[in-house]
Amino acid sequence: MNRTEPLVLGIETSCDETGIGIVRGRTLLSNTIASSMDEHARYGGVVPEVAARAHLEALEPTIRAALAEASVTLADIDAVAVTSGPGLAGALMVGVGAAKALAVSLGRPLYAVNHLVGHIAADILDADAPALEYPTVALLVSGGHTSLLLVRDLTTDVEMLGETMDDAAGEAFDKVARLLGLPYPGGPQIDRVAASGDPNAIPFPRGLSRASDMATHRYDFSFSGLKTAVARWVEQRAAAGEPVPVADVAASFREAVVDVLVTKALAACRDHDVPRLLLGGGVIANRRLREVALERAEAAGVTVRIPPLSLCTDNGAMIAALAAELIMSGRPPSTLAFGADSTLPVTEIQVAEDAEAVA
Amino acid sequence: MILGIDTSLGTTVAVVESDGVVRSQLESADPRGHAEVIGSLISRALAEASITPDAITHVAAGMGPGPFTGLRVGIAAARAFALGRGIPVIPVVSHDAVALERMLHDALTGGFDDAADGPLAVVTDARRREFAYTVYQGIDDDGLPVRVAEPALSLRDDLDALLAARGIERVDAERIPAAMLALAAARALAAGREIATEEALYLRSPDVTLSSGPKRVTQ
Ligand SMILES: [Zn+2]
Repeated sequence: MNRTEPLVLGIETSCDETGIGIVRGRTLLSNTIASSMDEHARYGGVVPEVAARAHLEALEPTIRAALAEASVTLADIDAVAVTSGPGLAGALMVGVGAAKALAVSLGRPLYAVNHLVGHIAADILDADAPALEYPTVALLVSGGHTSLLLVRDLTTDVEMLGETMDDAAGEAFDKVARLLGLPYPGGPQIDRVAASGDPNAIPFPRGLSRASDMATHRYDFSFSGLKTAVARWVEQRAAAGEPVPVADVAASFREAVVDVLVTKALAACRDHDVPRLLLGGGVIANRRLREVALERAEAAGVTVRIPPLSLCTDNGAMIAALAAELIMSGRPPSTLAFGADSTLPVTEIQVAEDAEAVA
Repeated sequence: MILGIDTSLGTTVAVVESDGVVRSQLESADPRGHAEVIGSLISRALAEASITPDAITHVAAGMGPGPFTGLRVGIAAARAFALGRGIPVIPVVSHDAVALERMLHDALTGGFDDAADGPLAVVTDARRREFAYTVYQGIDDDGLPVRVAEPALSLRDDLDALLAARGIERVDAERIPAAMLALAAARALAAGREIATEEALYLRSPDVTLSSGPKRVTQ
């Protein structure tokens, strides 16, 4: 196998995006995504069965489109990569089944990798950015996860510092948008109406931020209490016959989410003496989150890296990029004996690594 | 050479020559775990058939009926394998494989009694207290089982009465023989016929209910 600049096709189906990415070494050739988001809109959130059905139908055309964009054929591919987890089990299985059969039919090695670590690998594909330095703290925020990681090495050493105990941040945006009568997905909608609101109008709670929480959940997040607080505030207003100041509610809610995310991320940087913070996940598209993170990180002497937004949302390119790093560092492929693991721990960067294989 | 893949019950994979000679057939009876075993089963089926992937000319995909999550793994694998080799997928109703196996068996063992010519229903577990069933009668000139009623669901408790009322013999299937799936595909191919569509036979809509609005949190 070409280990200096491997041509890797990555398959990502952990949530509602069917992502196919093609990279050559650290060069991005295609980041093709088919999203079933529209099909979930009327349910106000991702419906796992709807997402899994959409993956099955989207996979083949998305692979074809990615190959066409990258101007390569499957015969050129050096290795196939796939997300093994974490994510929605039924959705992951579609990608795993397809990736295994594709690898066998092409006679090429298969790399099964961790979705969260893939989000970090997305940064490598940013041709304009300087090389990723270690260690770095990574804050990954999306509709499916909210995680704070300490990355000492992308391919060998990633530690989970904390994660959400209930809803993901993106989910909280969706739920609050719904109770404010705004459509799905909630993030851009909250952002839109919050623009004219006062972020300090209503003091919504910051989850797991009290001194007593900080002992046991220093880097963990919780957004369900915040969502309930917003709902209660809105209901009380309505019950009193007063108009609901939607812009202020949205801005204050968003501020509470952003505040707790940035505060905990910078605390992790400080505690671990790491002056670097990498942001990833679809919620990074939120302008206010980026603003606050950049502003407060600068004051704390922390450098912030943000991959291009097209690589922050779930995609196959980040999966291919992570596999390419594994290949370039001499790691053997995965065996065919792995499945979809909806709760795959972040320490398992590669799954089912073949101990027998000669690297 | 046809590769047959089905994950509508357990996971079964076979390699069959276009004239029906079975080169290999492997299965995992685990009703879950399809994604875990599918790659190894395909790989071993090729090895036991003593062929490399480029010898495969078509992939027969079992389209169900079957429980959603597992069913999709095989269809995804069949499509991806075919894409990798640039060859066509031939969709097959999974129950057709069971019906064909039964009819070939009857043909070989005599099948003198009248029952052998009567209608039969291939029945598989559809979970949630339901069965999936498909009704067949006889075999046509192309050597394919004749589907007289398309796959459908029935409450478990209702099926026997439903079949008895129409004089249909019940054939419960615990496995889908992938070799028979591939054979059905071979016969369809030889006859220039399409015997199934590209739609997965879920038979159920996704379980989603449209919410009437946010739930109240204050009493
Ligand atoms: Zn993600």
